[in-house]
Amino acid sequence: MTTPRSEFLHGIRDELPILIGVLPFGMIYGVSAISAGIPVSIAQAMSCIVFAGSAQFVIAQLIAAGTPSLVVILTAFIVNIRHMLYSASVAAYTHKLHPLWKWLLAYLLTDEAYAVTISHYQKVGDDTQRHWYFLGAGLALWSTWQLSTAAGIFVGGQLPASWSLDFASTLTFIALVVPALKDRASATAALTAAITALLVIALPLKLGIAIAALVGIVVGLTLEVKKARDI
Amino acid sequence: MSQGLLWVTIIIVGVLTLSIRLSFMVFMGKTQISPMVQQALRFVPVAVLSALIAPALFLPRGSLDLSFANIRLIAGILAILVAWRTKNTLLTIVIGMACLLILQAFVPPR
Repeated sequence: MTTPRSEFLHGIRDELPILIGVLPFGMIYGVSAISAGIPVSIAQAMSCIVFAGSAQFVIAQLIAAGTPSLVVILTAFIVNIRHMLYSASVAAYTHKLHPLWKWLLAYLLTDEAYAVTISHYQKVGDDTQRHWYFLGAGLALWSTWQLSTAAGIFVGGQLPASWSLDFASTLTFIALVVPALKDRASATAALTAAITALLVIALPLKLGIAIAALVGIVVGLTLEVKKARDI
Repeated sequence: MSQGLLWVTIIIVGVLTLSIRLSFMVFMGKTQISPMVQQALRFVPVAVLSALIAPALFLPRGSLDLSFANIRLIAGILAILVAWRTKNTLLTIVIGMACLLILQAFVPPR
């Protein structure tokens, strides 16, 4: 018999191993944001308002490069649009909840919370308390993210610029991308986006990143569709 | 960007991000997501991040630099190898950063 409390704690427990990986990630975001010249209050508020790891790194990097506001917004939107997949995937399990619950859980819908929640949902079936599990996992991640970014912001403020800590965000992107290149389509998408980014870097307003990403996505998708047709 | 504009930017990104997360949970509960769109969405992180990595490694000062003095490119290639072999996020970052700092001691910044 599950209770709200037991489901909530279960969600926290399952999220714990992921939190160990999130901790340094949050700290590196904090350091990057500060070395990008973002004021402390805004760097921390971003963790609360945006609450999306990769997008926050990207925003920090774009702001450091002097990118206009609209292009920052556009690029962040492209980075976060994958969350639509998660939203579609959990919608089937949350449609009976009160709208307030839906808004709260949507706010907490990150890569890391989605990963454990969806596998739990598929396991437990029609448990009426399962949204408490989602809440537990989501809040555990949320608190870890806030605390680790605060720690990173603090550390970032103490370290000299000669340490080239801005490079940490590039390294984080490498650490995220390389293991994700599992097949030819994704590797080609990455390579095309990289080469396009180098070719269009001179475009005004730093629009190059968004354009290069779109080219990469189209190429990856074309390969994938072609592969499916050949089979 | 001024502080005020920075706040506005962050808040707009926050609202957009929340709308994306709410999309199917609240606004389009009955709609199905097409397989084509699903596949396209899977390529998004890889494409965006690669588009950010390449200029940071190859054009650290705004113009193409393929020389050995481009220590960010060297550290980046090492990090790519580490990420490929170990799939370990933290190790990739630590080794890449250590490599850059060591090279920095030998190659004076220009």
